[in-house]
Amino acid sequence: MLTVSGLTKRFGGFTALNQVSFEVAGGEILGLIGPNGSGKTTMFNCISGAFPPTAGSIVFRGEEISALTPDKICHRGIARTFQIPRPFRKLSILENVAVAAHYGSNEPSTEGEARRHAREMLALVGLPADDSASTALLGAAGLKKLELARALATRPTLLLADEILGGLDPGEMASAAEMLKRIRQEIKITIVWVEHIMATLMRVVDRVVVLDHGEKLAEGRPVDVAEDPKVIEAYLGEKIVLA
Amino acid sequence: MARLTAAAVLAIIAAAPFLPMGGMRQYALHVLVQIFIWSFIGGAWSLMGRFGLISLGHGAFLGAGAYTTTLLWNFWGLTPWLGVLVAVAGAVVIGLVLGYPCFRFRVVGHYFALVTLAVGEVVRLLVIAERDWTGGSLGVTLKASAGEASLAAIQFADKRVFYYASVVVWLGGLWVWRRVDRSMARSALEAIGEDETAAASVGIHVTRFKLAITVLSAALTAVGGVLYAQYFTYVNPDTLSGIGVSLRIVFAVVLGGMYSLLGPTVGSALTIALSEYLRVLFGLKFIGMAETIYGLVLILCIIFLPAGIYGSLRAAIARRMARRRAAPA
Ligand SMILES: Nc1ncnc2c1ncn2[C@@H]1O[C@H](COP(=O)(O)OP(=O)(O)OP(=O)(O)O)[C@@H](O)[C@H]1O
Ligand SMILES: [Mg+2]
Repeated sequence: MLTVSGLTKRFGGFTALNQVSFEVAGGEILGLIGPNGSGKTTMFNCISGAFPPTAGSIVFRGEEISALTPDKICHRGIARTFQIPRPFRKLSILENVAVAAHYGSNEPSTEGEARRHAREMLALVGLPADDSASTALLGAAGLKKLELARALATRPTLLLADEILGGLDPGEMASAAEMLKRIRQEIKITIVWVEHIMATLMRVVDRVVVLDHGEKLAEGRPVDVAEDPKVIEAYLGEKIVLA
Repeated sequence: MARLTAAAVLAIIAAAPFLPMGGMRQYALHVLVQIFIWSFIGGAWSLMGRFGLISLGHGAFLGAGAYTTTLLWNFWGLTPWLGVLVAVAGAVVIGLVLGYPCFRFRVVGHYFALVTLAVGEVVRLLVIAERDWTGGSLGVTLKASAGEASLAAIQFADKRVFYYASVVVWLGGLWVWRRVDRSMARSALEAIGEDETAAASVGIHVTRFKLAITVLSAALTAVGGVLYAQYFTYVNPDTLSGIGVSLRIVFAVVLGGMYSLLGPTVGSALTIALSEYLRVLFGLKFIGMAETIYGLVLILCIIFLPAGIYGSLRAAIARRMARRRAAPA
């Protein structure tokens, strides 16, 4: 579904991503992990068109997308959430999601349909969908859910989820992970998921790609990656026991 | 309730030219026509301003509109009914030439304001430089049509015609404003105004939306310029383009409130009434007094009433209503 090859991103003299290649198969949940500053968010920014890559190619459903603008990439079916939530504060919760539903996909929808779809997405992530509820009511967990609902509202086939558990308490985390699984079942979507909470992530994902200093360190099934000495040394610190 | 109030206000507006006003009628109508024209122009400006596209160069569109119809009429006798189409087209072109590079290369906030400021000045300087046919800084007078009234030339000796014309145009402006306000495009523009990156990530074509609202605002402003020129039958680069008039539009709208339907109207009415009052009060003794005073009022407003006089008032009333509704429960 998505093939990233030889992707390099430099900021001035600093190389944030160096020749990274990986593939995402249709329907899977791929975990993208690595220490702070290893380039995970930069990878999402490149795939979603927010930053133009310095070199390399990104092929999505058979088409090169690395030169497209973010709105076009969104229309092709890739949605992303922001690690630090970026809600539209002047809009209500519902409007935040409705505007994404209306403009996010190529299928034409009326404004009424967009609102209806937005309500469905809000229900899916468990946020209130009354017309005027303000984003000021949302705490950290709520804002993460809003990010997710807004991204999903664009009817993506590939979701790039950046640390949707960050800042949540353990109870919220467990329910958010459940939610991600439920979302995959309900709307048949492929997910690339960045997260530092290993114990939760490893239980949900099908495969993992590990980045370190902008390079791909390892790739494979969660059980294998968790045992990989290179990964343990660079990132995990100790072995995680997968239940 | 709101409907009733609106109907009553409209009835008063419709009846105003026939109310007994002693010898003041001509003067009152003259002030009212100006209020409606500038309210319309202020509303057009606020279509951009409310989304963070602060233009300090709307005089460019105003001047383009006013001069286009006036010159087309004076030189070729083209009726302003057609002239207005050319005027709008001209303003749209200026809007695109200004907007496209700015939006494409993400010139936002203060930088955008500065670019627009320059464009307004450029139009003023062009008018002055091309004095052979624009009359330069002396301005140009609209050639009189034959007779008291001419529909084809949009010239009427009777001020009441212009009064109703300006009311209709003003209502049209309110209608457009409300259409935009209630559309999903408003959400998109609001999103863009807050965070272009996030807006683009949900499929919003940032450049296209900003261009569209700029073009709409420019087109309406040009129509305002045409109406102004037809009413005053005299255009002048200083009153219609350049920094002075551009800032006056901004002052009025910021004063009234740019986020509400009637904010620009309230602001324009207040600034025009205030400057008329000060003019009568001080006569020609203290030229510039009016500007100084409403400059001061404006600064106070920006500090204490960021939503404008009308916007703040409306919010206060809404809060009180909500409290009253909550109280009995
Ligand atoms: N716009 C930018 N300009 C310059 N440097 C940047 C920019 N964005 C990211 N970087 C740098 O690139 C590197 C990778 O950052 P990135 O945000 O991709 O890391 P990450 O893996 O998402 O980390 P975290 O787990 O902390 O979110 C960091 O050193 C960061 O400082
Ligand atoms: Mg990150």
